Amino acid sequence: MSVAADTPAATGRSPSRTRRRFAAAEAYAYLAPGIAIVALVMLVPLAVGISFSFQNYVIFRPMSRGWNGVENYLELWTDRTFWLALANTARWTFWSVAFQLGLGLGLALILNRPFPGRAVFQSLVFLPWAVPTFLSGLNWQWLFNPIVSPLPGWLTAVGVLEEPRNILSDPDLALYGPITAMIWWGIPFFAITLLAALRSIPQDLYEAASIDGASPWQSFRHITVPFLMPMITITILLRTVWVANSPDLIFVMTEGGPANSSQTLPNYVFTSAYKSMDFGYASALATVLMAMLVIYSILLLFVRGRLGQ
Amino acid sequence: MKSITGAALWLVRLAYLAFALFPLFWLIRISLTPDDLLYSEGTTIWPSSLTLANFAYVIEESPFPVFFGNTVIVSLGTAAAVTVLAAGIGYAFSRFEFAGKRTLMVFLVITQLFPLVMVITPLYQLLAPIGLVNTRIGLIVVFTAFNLPFAAFLMHSFYEGIPRELEQAAMIDGCTRFQALIRIILPLMLPGIGATLGFVFTAAWSELLFSLMLITSETKKTFAVGLLSFVGKSGVDWGQMMAAATLALIPPAIFFTFIQKYLVGGLTAGAVKA
Repeated sequence: MSVAADTPAATGRSPSRTRRRFAAAEAYAYLAPGIAIVALVMLVPLAVGISFSFQNYVIFRPMSRGWNGVENYLELWTDRTFWLALANTARWTFWSVAFQLGLGLGLALILNRPFPGRAVFQSLVFLPWAVPTFLSGLNWQWLFNPIVSPLPGWLTAVGVLEEPRNILSDPDLALYGPITAMIWWGIPFFAITLLAALRSIPQDLYEAASIDGASPWQSFRHITVPFLMPMITITILLRTVWVANSPDLIFVMTEGGPANSSQTLPNYVFTSAYKSMDFGYASALATVLMAMLVIYSILLLFVRGRLGQ
Repeated sequence: MKSITGAALWLVRLAYLAFALFPLFWLIRISLTPDDLLYSEGTTIWPSSLTLANFAYVIEESPFPVFFGNTVIVSLGTAAAVTVLAAGIGYAFSRFEFAGKRTLMVFLVITQLFPLVMVITPLYQLLAPIGLVNTRIGLIVVFTAFNLPFAAFLMHSFYEGIPRELEQAAMIDGCTRFQALIRIILPLMLPGIGATLGFVFTAAWSELLFSLMLITSETKKTFAVGLLSFVGKSGVDWGQMMAAATLALIPPAIFFTFIQKYLVGGLTAGAVKA
């Protein structure tokens, strides 16, 4: 808001400059309240959080609190759960986003062509996204439970399981439970953004292509894909970061278990902070996660820039 | 040939529909099943008789109505606050050129990279001295900040779909810019406002971890926290649990069904300009 307060002082300048300054002041007036709250509630705690990562800070041991340099980071280096959680985070994010993208693109293509009942169909297939995340987690946790759900029986019938049992209590399979829930919940988001992108492709391009004798596949390859690419990269970027950062489904469905087999970094951060009350170590974990996501995003945007040329 | 691809397409459509709806169908099916049938009949697609006893219990005897009310207050408060603030940010980004615009836009994108789990404890320490811990207002403030960046870009995309000439004409006729925004632009923005409200309402309704950390008293718990502690208790009652879950599903499902087509429309409008 300080910019707005400056403007009367600027009246002595040349008129166009004054007008520009006034426009800027007006823009800041529309922006300031929102930006201020984001900065206060996200940026300030983030900086404080990063500073925790260089401290010995366990709530139960207030007397031993103090700066300890990179000790938390060294501890992390030798922590086997950290490396396991890191590998799981990569698996969890990759499979979730890959299936959401594939199935979401398929759904967007289906919804882009008219068919009887399309409006109703669209509101029904988008419904999972309206389901609160914790509820998606509980819902799928129950679906994997052979006592109340036919799903384990069906998985046995098609040969995925040898007997109807709960995959969430199997260390080898537990992570696929939350992955399934995440795919189910996230398909609509991809479908919505990609459908919006599909609708913005000029239709006369397709007409021109078909007059020139292009096959449907060629039209898809040379018109649809290039037009969708910017939206696909930005959606992948957003979803990857959201999925990688989100502990909810895993916290609700497996709590990272059994025996850390489905532990991911955000869930490890949350349990370190919330259960062990080790804020220093939790912050170091979170800082590493954030650093990796920043590097990932820069790489993805760089690749996108290269492809765009 | 044409009828075969037609049939195949319908098969794919039905597969999508089944995958999307089966979990929800199952939730409702169990919530309507009498307790004894759950074990005697096993997991048949439809039980031989139905009951509303689980819903009656949840509504009349459990604390869920209180949790439900709290979540409505928090979600509506957040949705309203975010929409007003995002209307401001989106408008500034869409209609003004000013120093620092790019930086601010990049800043809002970068906030999406923050692992929110990281800010839980610092946030607790910042909110505690000003009395915002264990209050619904505190949750509204926190959720508003978290949801604002995406909502701002959503609103921006909707503004881009509205011609600038409209408010320029109004300003030539003597309106101030703010009057033009309120009287001319915002009425045209109703689909965008609706989409943003619905999007944020749904997101706030879903939030679990911050509510878990920031709310301690039973009377201020949100639905997510209440349901999770209900599930954590020993001797779970499947029917009651799923009845509670079904109730939690209704508001966001209604909200979302109304707004989803505006969401697609708004993103399309933004994509055309971009």
